[in-house]
Amino acid sequence: MAGLKAYPTLLRIGFAEAIAYRAELLVWMLTTTMPLVSMALWSSAAAGQRLGPEQMGQAELVGYFTLTLLVRLITSSWVLWQLTEEIRSGTLAQRLLRPIHPLVSYTAEQLAALPLRGAIVLPLALGLLYFFARGQITSDPWLWLCFVLALPGAWAINFLSMALIGLLAFYVDSTLGLFYAWIGVYTLMSGYMVPMSLMPAWMAKLAALLPFRYMLETPVRMLLGWPLVGGAKDTLTGRAEAFWSLGIEYGYVVVLLVGVALLWRAGLRRYAAFGG
Amino acid sequence: MTAGAHVEVDKVSKHFRIHKRASGLKAALRSLVHRDYEERRAVVDLSFSIAPGERVGFLGPNGAGKTTTLKMLSGLLHPTSGNLRVAGHIPQQREPEFLKQITLVMGQKQQLLWDLPPVDTFELNRAIYDVPRGQFQETLEELTRLLDIAEVSRTPTRQLSLGERMKCELAAALLHRPRLLFLDEPTIGLDVSMQVVLRQFIRAYNERFQATVLLTSHYMEDVLQLCSRVLVIDAGTLRYDGDLVSLVRSQRPEKRITLRLEGEPSPEQLEKLKRRGLVQHERTQATLQVPQKELRAVVASLIEELPVVDLTIEDPPLEEVLRDLFAKTKTPSGRAPAAS
Repeated sequence: MAGLKAYPTLLRIGFAEAIAYRAELLVWMLTTTMPLVSMALWSSAAAGQRLGPEQMGQAELVGYFTLTLLVRLITSSWVLWQLTEEIRSGTLAQRLLRPIHPLVSYTAEQLAALPLRGAIVLPLALGLLYFFARGQITSDPWLWLCFVLALPGAWAINFLSMALIGLLAFYVDSTLGLFYAWIGVYTLMSGYMVPMSLMPAWMAKLAALLPFRYMLETPVRMLLGWPLVGGAKDTLTGRAEAFWSLGIEYGYVVVLLVGVALLWRAGLRRYAAFGG
Repeated sequence: MTAGAHVEVDKVSKHFRIHKRASGLKAALRSLVHRDYEERRAVVDLSFSIAPGERVGFLGPNGAGKTTTLKMLSGLLHPTSGNLRVAGHIPQQREPEFLKQITLVMGQKQQLLWDLPPVDTFELNRAIYDVPRGQFQETLEELTRLLDIAEVSRTPTRQLSLGERMKCELAAALLHRPRLLFLDEPTIGLDVSMQVVLRQFIRAYNERFQATVLLTSHYMEDVLQLCSRVLVIDAGTLRYDGDLVSLVRSQRPEKRITLRLEGEPSPEQLEKLKRRGLVQHERTQATLQVPQKELRAVVASLIEELPVVDLTIEDPPLEEVLRDLFAKTKTPSGRAPAAS
């Protein structure tokens, strides 16, 4: 693909831009600490008892929500805001004039901010895991492998979903309403607020049909060694499910990729570039 | 299609569907359920071709379709109908090989990264356009020298003045040595000395690299200094395609004579000037407009009858010529209400 040779430079410049927005980056990261709030709430609720099929006590909940925080920070994307703003203002034109697909340059800008975000959150997460959730992380190398493979897929589903909504700015004046609806469903169906196994059965079944769980809870469960559909810890069952869910996850990636490609092509034909 | 043309535009049209709404709460609520749209014909059956290395001015009033045309030529917009070919490519396909050959510079719009120094944007463009390091260094040094941006290129863009930013924008736009320059009002908002610098630079670039230049500007001096050929567009339609001198003479076959007299003219002298075609008078200076064929006789009689200290003869200002042209060819704006 044209422009991929430029990717290292795109990442380097993206990193330079990310550290230029120091205060904004810090404030933004503080707004994504909801898992720590959930952790405190559910830890209180779990005092003296075990919750769900995983028999979650305080250590398990600290492990779950700490990993949720980490995975969320690694896989989140703000391409929707960039696309919406640039399509509306016409400044997408500047990206279109370059011999690199704008979506490729957006991915570089998102990924370039990862080291900085990781540098701030990782010490906190490692500290929580070491002091309060030691022993929760799986030692199964296959599940570790599945986790490492799941992360890029989770990131891709997130990025492509955001891009899909953002591209609707070619057609509608505002995509904010759709974004808020999406984030509402994501919050419930991804395991962000509550582990899915603690949700009503019908909701867990619905979540199984949607891509949201693959964006967050699935990689978290892989690293905790928890089976995906609930039940006692069983490494063999967990490993098979992990590979199966990887397949579904990347299936979603392909479907979203096709959707983004089609919407991009159709949207560009309508693009009026007013103002840009 | 013209053989060997660098830019070929064949019966191209571009229509936009614009949502129209009156002001007020009632209108806002109504637009929730029912919207009125209007079709705006920004470009209508436009045809022209440009040879490699030409410098062409693209003139017209606001809303004439100049920027829309440039955006179609650079692949940003899809034409509603017609055919476009630029450097042998169809712009809307946005092939990397096509994009590497062109640049579109829009005055006061920017590609420089706002929070980083221009050198970072230069390096980014080098990587994106895959410019070999040696060529990049050579081009950057040359552009830095010609545009005098050595001191400002390491300052964050947001801290540069408009003139400094425009020079850096131009450098960023030309680092990959494009063969086609689409310049949309590149001198807008710049002071006179900066305008001169930019014009000299564009001319030098064109001559050095045989780059084709298509320039729009509301500053007629840009066009006069850079372009021997002009395309005049109004309401999306081409009104004139040819050299500048012929345009001026076809619209205004008169010449402008500016006199400076020893002292303020007396009433009798003023009367003589009026009979000769006086159009403007201020203290000791008078401007006359005289048909070309009477020029010699009028000049001779003015020098004989009046205390002339200085005299210049020139064509009428291009602004006036264009104003006359647009006034003569006033057409409906090409708007039609469309179904909502």
